[in-house]
Amino acid sequence: MELQAVLMAVGGGSRMTDLTYNTPKAMLPVGNKPLMWYPLNLLEKVGFEEVIVITTKEVQKAMSTDLKIKDVKMKLDVVSIQEDGDMGTADALRHIQPKIKTDILVLSCDLITDVALHEVVDLFRAHNATMAMLMSKAHEFTETVPGQKGKKKTAEQRDFVGVDQSGKRLLFMANEADLEDGLSIRKSIMRKHPRMLIKTGLVDAHLYCLKKAVVDFLTENKSISSIRGELVPYLVRKQFSKTVNSQKLKDDTDDQTQEKNDGPANHELLISSRDEPLLQLAQERSCWNDHRGDMSEAYHGGKLRCYVHIMDQGLCCRVNTLAAYIEVNRLAPKLFEEPSVHPSADISERCQMGSDSIIGAVCHIADKTSIKRSTIGNNTTVKEKVKVTNSIIMHGVTIEEGCNIQGSVICSNAVIGRGADLKYCLVGNGQHIEPEAERTNEIIVGTDQLMEI
Amino acid sequence: QSEGKDLTKEEKQRLRKEKKQQKKNKEKKDDKASQENEKEKKPVTSAAPASQPPTQPTVQKAPSAVPATAPVSVPASEASVPADKPAKTKAELKAERRARQEAERASKQSKKGETGQQAATSKPKAPPSDLQPVVKRLPEHIQVDNPDVLKKLAKKLERQQIPLRSDYGYKVSLFSHLHQYSRKAPLTQQLSIPSTVIHPAIVRLGLQYSHGIVAGSNARSVALLHAFKQVIRDYTTPQNEELSRDLVNKLKPYISFLNQCRPLSASMGNAIKYIKKEISNIPSNCKEDEAKNKLLNDIESYINEKIILAGVAIAKCAIEKQKISDGDVILVYGCSSLVNHILCKAFEKSRKFRVIVVDSRPRLEGKEALRRLVQKGISCTYVLISAVSYILPEVSKVFLGAHALLANGYVMSRVGTSQIALVAKAFNVPVLVCCETYKFCDRVQTDSFVSNELDDPDDLIVTRKGTTPLEGWQNESSLGLLNLVYDVTPPDFVDLVITELGMIPCTSVPVVLRVKNVDQ
Repeated sequence: MELQAVLMAVGGGSRMTDLTYNTPKAMLPVGNKPLMWYPLNLLEKVGFEEVIVITTKEVQKAMSTDLKIKDVKMKLDVVSIQEDGDMGTADALRHIQPKIKTDILVLSCDLITDVALHEVVDLFRAHNATMAMLMSKAHEFTETVPGQKGKKKTAEQRDFVGVDQSGKRLLFMANEADLEDGLSIRKSIMRKHPRMLIKTGLVDAHLYCLKKAVVDFLTENKSISSIRGELVPYLVRKQFSKTVNSQKLKDDTDDQTQEKNDGPANHELLISSRDEPLLQLAQERSCWNDHRGDMSEAYHGGKLRCYVHIMDQGLCCRVNTLAAYIEVNRLAPKLFEEPSVHPSADISERCQMGSDSIIGAVCHIADKTSIKRSTIGNNTTVKEKVKVTNSIIMHGVTIEEGCNIQGSVICSNAVIGRGADLKYCLVGNGQHIEPEAERTNEIIVGTDQLMEI
Repeated sequence: QSEGKDLTKEEKQRLRKEKKQQKKNKEKKDDKASQENEKEKKPVTSAAPASQPPTQPTVQKAPSAVPATAPVSVPASEASVPADKPAKTKAELKAERRARQEAERASKQSKKGETGQQAATSKPKAPPSDLQPVVKRLPEHIQVDNPDVLKKLAKKLERQQIPLRSDYGYKVSLFSHLHQYSRKAPLTQQLSIPSTVIHPAIVRLGLQYSHGIVAGSNARSVALLHAFKQVIRDYTTPQNEELSRDLVNKLKPYISFLNQCRPLSASMGNAIKYIKKEISNIPSNCKEDEAKNKLLNDIESYINEKIILAGVAIAKCAIEKQKISDGDVILVYGCSSLVNHILCKAFEKSRKFRVIVVDSRPRLEGKEALRRLVQKGISCTYVLISAVSYILPEVSKVFLGAHALLANGYVMSRVGTSQIALVAKAFNVPVLVCCETYKFCDRVQTDSFVSNELDDPDDLIVTRKGTTPLEGWQNESSLGLLNLVYDVTPPDFVDLVITELGMIPCTSVPVVLRVKNVDQ
């Protein structure tokens, strides 16, 4: 077996609590499919037959009832962990270590992308890399987000990603938060790769191919708890650490202390395969080098290599903020050639429906309604003379007559009273909007939800 | 070679008629053995590709099934399956066929009979070139412009569940009979992740071949054998199957896959032949673990003998016989692992010489050779191939590496080698080719057009000072980019071939091949 897929679907949604109050992030509807269906679909399309899904009991229950997830033909091995336990992604990997028999492909449940997965995996295979990951050029979100007061430019912590000339080898990765005194790059890296491109406008897709040795390494080093936050920067740094590269470990007196700390770690990460001398021989005899201009052999003799595939076209979006959620609802349905209207929906004749709207199952859309650029979930009732534009309506919502909903997100089981006028609002789970209400740019949630902070 | 082609057509027709007759006779027998005979006949009669039914362990020699043109080693090695049982039952039919063929051959030319073959062992290693086979079969990879051949290939690949790699870009008309692939469209695009049909080690190898990470005759063979070791390790014999037969069948799709990623080299072909022979020689009463261990050891010893020790022997030969003497100026071309090894060893033995490295676009392999030599401390000069006649007056010897040595004495090597040999001849500079014997191939070729490899044409596109002139080459209707990989050097330009068997002239290659066959 070559690769095992692991899908991380634990909690999250810390940046969109209003949406995830009642629904776990993994089951948020995007284009009327649960969010975690998208990465599962990606894996299925590419040819995986089994996926290990790490999630909470809540999500597991929701999964068992969801039709779309039942449609997935792969075998899903669901491992549930405690929700409130402070388990990071790396901790989760450590938890399932006994199941891991080979190299793994770790995905996050909130990734929606149409990447050609072989691009990432080919880097992993061809260069015998320890880690290969996917990143994408960030796109500005164009839709107005409900509840945003003015043009709030959230100073998101930027990620600094350094790649080599070919754009494939990952040399440097750090988050702005960790760089207090400024960006410093080790001389050893500059000596080996004199030309480095540092990019900041990249989105990390949280898709990683990791060698089995890394999972074993995690079981030894219990201090690492997050893949993205700790493991990946650690691996990227380790590519250039002296102990990894130098052949004469004993002579390096300066690095004695460093060696002691990293010693056991290195042995874990650099588990050499059998027939290593043959591989060495093949590399020696091969007239290929990944760089030109200095005296070192291919890969500078380094055994630990990290690669990244940067997508510049196509969709790659992580749904972890409200803005992303809205954006993705607009774009995701375009990935699939599915009819926009579910066959079981009951749509009256005199309803004006735009072509880029999606209607879910068992919906009732009455006369004289106008639905443009919107997504309507399952079991929703829309009464007469309602105008829905640019909005996302989740499941089980009732919209009474004469409402006007624009640019809003209405969560499940909400009821919008007659004649209400909502512009750029977010209506939480199960909320009732009183008739004739006029709300603009507000987040309407229950009082108990407000206490959540 | 044109003679051979004439023979082919007429022989083909005659044999086809006979085949039809035989079929009618044998339909009643319903013998599995006879069916095998039929299918054996087919490759004999058709000039079609070497695709044979993979599941049938084809009995070896229809004498004509022994191809002299077998760069694809699959057919020949299929024939190497020991056919003890079927041979006995088909002795009659074989004798019949043989008699007929001999009569035809005698009528055509005064050739020696194939009587020798009856006594031969289950090893139809290509015969030396004086025993002409009846029909020359053209391998499929040089018949790309023939739609029938392509169809057969597509069918064969479909059966083996391997995706077909499509050709890319406009092909220069002289070379339209060869495949031309793009590096940006790897075969893995059409494979499932994780790969189940093909062993992951082979997928990795195929990727490394197509990206050029493993390049060079020796490196490719070693990497191939390494991958085969992984395959053998992970192999378990299914129920009711014999390891000797099943494992060979398992390897066939892998070899097709690797061939699609990058056409197999002659050295790889010979290595594959060796492995298949060893696998099929495993006695049926051997336990699986023992058999696997034996195979792994065989692979190790093959690499050790044919590549590592051969390299050592060649270096020793070259140095001791004063082929590298003090004050020499040696010219090398591109990056040949063997030549680099020889030069490094000579430098270690404190010979005083300097090296001129000649390089050519688009591969610029000379830079890697330069790096390795300079790292050792050898003083080098670096020029491009366009400056070769400028630099040659300084040169005392030319050392060239080879990709393969053909049966008629021609040297197949990186494109540009024949140029260097020609210019060296014009300047009266001795040209020495270094080549291990496992690269000796029984193919015959006199020009670089018939069989070659076309690399990705986009490699020729280069950006200088911000402009990329060839960027839109596909849009120009009268422009074609050609990126050849190999060329053949005639033996007149080569003064000596250094092998581990000694220093031989180029024309002794068929002798070496014959000696090897007799040994084995």
